[in-house]
Amino acid sequence: MNTDIYKEGPVVHNAAFIDGHSVEIPILKILQQDGTVYQGAELPNIDEEHAVKIYKALAFHRALDERMIGAQRQGRISFYMAALGEEAASIGGAAGLEVQDMIMAQYREQGALIYRGFSLENFMNQMFSNEKDLGKGRQMPIHYGSNELNYMTISSPLGTQIPQAAGYAYGQKLQGKDAVTLCYFGEGAASEGDFHAGLNMAAVHNAPVIFFCRNNGYAISTPSDEQYVGNGIASRGVGYGMKTIRIDGNDILAVLKAVQLARAYAIEESKPVMIEAMSYRLGAHSTSDDPSGYRTKEEEEKWHAHDPLSRMKSWMLAQNWWDEAQETALFDQLREDILAAVKVAEKIAKPPVEDLVSDVYDQVPEHLQKQLASLKAHIKKYPEAYPLTAGRIK
Amino acid sequence: MAQMNLLQAINNALDIAMAENESALCFGEDVGHFGGVFRATSGLQEKYGKARCFNTPLVEQGIIGFANGLAAQGSTPIAEIQFADYIFPAFDQIVNESAKFRYRSGNEFNVGNLTIRTPYGGGIAGGLYHSQSPEAYFAHTPGLKIVVPRNPYQAKGLLLASIRDDNPVIFFEPKRLYRASVGEVPEEDYQLPIGKAEVTEQGKDITLLAWGAQMEIIEKAAEMAKKDGVSCELIDLRTILPWDVETVANSVLKTGRLLISQEAPLTAGFASEIAATIQQECFLHLESPIERVCGIDTPYPLSLEKEHAADHLKVYEAIKRSINY
Repeated sequence: MNTDIYKEGPVVHNAAFIDGHSVEIPILKILQQDGTVYQGAELPNIDEEHAVKIYKALAFHRALDERMIGAQRQGRISFYMAALGEEAASIGGAAGLEVQDMIMAQYREQGALIYRGFSLENFMNQMFSNEKDLGKGRQMPIHYGSNELNYMTISSPLGTQIPQAAGYAYGQKLQGKDAVTLCYFGEGAASEGDFHAGLNMAAVHNAPVIFFCRNNGYAISTPSDEQYVGNGIASRGVGYGMKTIRIDGNDILAVLKAVQLARAYAIEESKPVMIEAMSYRLGAHSTSDDPSGYRTKEEEEKWHAHDPLSRMKSWMLAQNWWDEAQETALFDQLREDILAAVKVAEKIAKPPVEDLVSDVYDQVPEHLQKQLASLKAHIKKYPEAYPLTAGRIK
Repeated sequence: MAQMNLLQAINNALDIAMAENESALCFGEDVGHFGGVFRATSGLQEKYGKARCFNTPLVEQGIIGFANGLAAQGSTPIAEIQFADYIFPAFDQIVNESAKFRYRSGNEFNVGNLTIRTPYGGGIAGGLYHSQSPEAYFAHTPGLKIVVPRNPYQAKGLLLASIRDDNPVIFFEPKRLYRASVGEVPEEDYQLPIGKAEVTEQGKDITLLAWGAQMEIIEKAAEMAKKDGVSCELIDLRTILPWDVETVANSVLKTGRLLISQEAPLTAGFASEIAATIQQECFLHLESPIERVCGIDTPYPLSLEKEHAADHLKVYEAIKRSINY
């Protein structure tokens, strides 16, 4: 044990403050917008098959977002959150992991779930909160989760997954698993107390967790310069004594490279790592939000030019791993599939009334059994007032 | 008098409070230029400047801790928590700090100028994290006042009273009614009393008690019961803490029956506290057991919201149970 808190630095006798802005953190960029790789850049491990899988996930995400925003506007679902412009961060993150690694996300990371193969039906069943939803129709749209795919179900309160990820990763380590936990959060959530608690716990207890901050510039209407001062979120990682890297979050190769390295380090050294992916939320915060009230079209246009999809596509074309005919066929097929899946999911019944009281505890306790019985009797008396469940009560 | 919705009435109250008191500040997540996600603080930054109306980082414990410091210093912070579901990270700052500042210091310091505004309640397809009614957690803590308005007129008068009250106040706003409830609201300054319930309708057979958005539900049920010849007395509690035992007890002494309806789950909700107290105050005058019509004891669901809720039909059935006991 070393409790000499003065051991780190040189001694001086004239007062000199360290400027909070003085930490310089470089940003990793590998792929340029025109699809060429920066001179001297070191590529991640990626082959044609992997690249095509990643690109198909990006395309799926974009098509899903387009269609579901449309579905929300038509009143078919109550709410949606798109990830336009920052798909590479979530998909690249998952693509740099192994299947046994845990993903604990905030909410704008359905890309990771797409990459892991969550089916279109599963996405739809969750968004339409029907009886086939793995979450039993209890949460708002986009609150996905899958035990099978190692993707922890989303909780709305911001940042709560961050200390949990530290604990989850610590448990993986104790059990000797060849696995890490990747924890996504936004730069807004990095203001929450849970962020600081989580980083400190992970650092002190050497948890193999990858803290992945999607810095997309906005927390609803609040721009990052009203969210934090100092050198981004990465400097916080440094402050907690963590290996830290900042990357271009719209550069799929940079994301992949950083996560591959972070994973190897977290496993070998059994320590946490921080990645800050710089991106931009091109869309609204959610379908309940209108960004025209707080930012300019010019600003958005500037970021359209950094589209992560077109960047990867250009690279794929140059590698001869993709062509325009495949592109058109893929998007046509996706749009058709998604539309068809919407039509199926919206016709599936809502969860039965019994699902109201299940999973509150491991077993339905007596007081809830009584409340359910009295609710059923009440619904039988007024079937027209409870159309979702009335016809199904035995 | 102007027609205002509940949000406009709140905005109007904040405007009056900031105009009269230079030390009054409004802050919270997205509260600045954007005017809050529900637009309750619209226009205040333009009018009073960024120093007095501003966005905070996304940290509820920070918002309330900061507000406690401001209030202890003598400023008048009006802090917004974006959804009452997200008040829990600030729980320690509220229940251990705001509530106990005066007591623990022998009144050397206090945060009496603090007001916390937060939208609560369901009925908006918000699921478990955008629908909670957490008033009972705070009602268990001495040192706070808890106020819940039912319409725009009440919202303005009660919010102004809350801001000017010399105790920390949590002001729960029924978000389901933000735009749905519209009514006549005087443009001038006025206050409604904190700690005082309001009898909104006289009746003789049973007392129906609720607060906030739940008032609409008991009104609807009372209409149904009226057709059966049952005369309901309706009371809006308005203040959860300290609550107006006298008004409620006097009504129950008259009607002999009490039904309390709350949005929050049944067990250990504030309705339970009221039932226990009124049973003690009015024991020999009660004609039937006190009825509680509440949400069921589960998290607030998304898809079976109506089944979960203490709706007018459940209240109506409980009225009949009580009358026919």
